[in-house]
Amino acid sequence: MSHGLPPFQRFLDCHREVVWRFLLSTVGPVEAEDCFQETFVSALRAYPRLREDSNLRAWVLTIAHRKALDVHRGRARRAIPVAEVAAVDERAAPSPPDRDQALWDAVGELPARQRSAVVLRFVGDLPHSDIAAAIGCSEDAARRSLHEGLSKLRKVVPA
Amino acid sequence: MRTDALNETGSVEDALRRSLRPGREDSARAEPTARREGDHAAAAAARRLSARVAAEGLADVSYTSADSPFGTLLLASTRRGLVRLAFPEEDVDSVLDGLAGRISPRIVETPAPLDPVRRELDEYFSGGRHEFALKLDWALIAGFGRRVLRVTSEIPYGGVLSYGEVAAEAGSPRGSRAAGNALGSNPIPIVIPCHRVLRSGGTLGGYGGGVERKRWLLELEGAVAPERRL
Repeated sequence: MSHGLPPFQRFLDCHREVVWRFLLSTVGPVEAEDCFQETFVSALRAYPRLREDSNLRAWVLTIAHRKALDVHRGRARRAIPVAEVAAVDERAAPSPPDRDQALWDAVGELPARQRSAVVLRFVGDLPHSDIAAAIGCSEDAARRSLHEGLSKLRKVVPA
Repeated sequence: MRTDALNETGSVEDALRRSLRPGREDSARAEPTARREGDHAAAAAARRLSARVAAEGLADVSYTSADSPFGTLLLASTRRGLVRLAFPEEDVDSVLDGLAGRISPRIVETPAPLDPVRRELDEYFSGGRHEFALKLDWALIAGFGRRVLRVTSEIPYGGVLSYGEVAAEAGSPRGSRAAGNALGSNPIPIVIPCHRVLRSGGTLGGYGGGVERKRWLLELEGAVAPERRL
């Protein structure tokens, strides 16, 4: 029994926005809704077993990251006709202000681990240790993924 | 100071932070419209989640608010039945924290499971219902308090008992003070009609929701005539 956890509704109210933005940035607006529902249904099922001193934001973003990976694997498995490629790329893009569009297009084109590392860091505001836990790798590997992702993005947005 | 931050001061990092991170204090630089739309979208997605949780019965505790002549009540139920009714003065967060600790933290705001409760309360408050057909969850009521409130739940509409009578029926003839305490901490007032228990002299006694409400309920039920006000 975990007595110190906040009521799930409060947890949802606190973290719905960061999860939504994470999913918007990783899977795009079309798939974000389904991923959001799957993320929080999974979270609800597991919630009472959670340790009360857990970092709830890192935990729910970890679940969201896994749901986003499922979407990417699903896309990779499906044979995508050439005509649809453009549409898929469009879906992968979030809807930020125009001036940042190129940057977020580039985020959408990063390999999955680098993209998650970048988004968890800058949307989720997670430290490297939590990014590592979310992605399921060592802290050094998380640091590397973040660094590699940022290096690629720097080419899109020169200093 | 985190060493992480050392190499994250470039323009790419700024741009990433500026465009999508929620709730930052320096959001004046960010696009307010996009931010608001993100909030709306997340809030709407959360509402759809609540509806799904209700439809699939995934929550251990559902809660909602309900209008009443006393103001906004908080209603909470489990799969077994109504478990908590809180008056407007009670702090919602405290009530929910209590339910999280004593029943389960799997608590979701979702009105649908509580529709029958709201309907029966409306009918009761307008005088059209004299008996609740609701299932109750007694999980928050233990020991002597449960015996006291079981006895209380049998007092019919329009009837009253004294604290001593309730204590005696609950098996403790000299326990009227303990009975009073149990009634005062009734987690499901109105539906478990603790307002129907009075002092033996005929005065109203106390009420968790305030004695004015007790009088109002007894007048509604015709147990106390308005002209007999004390």
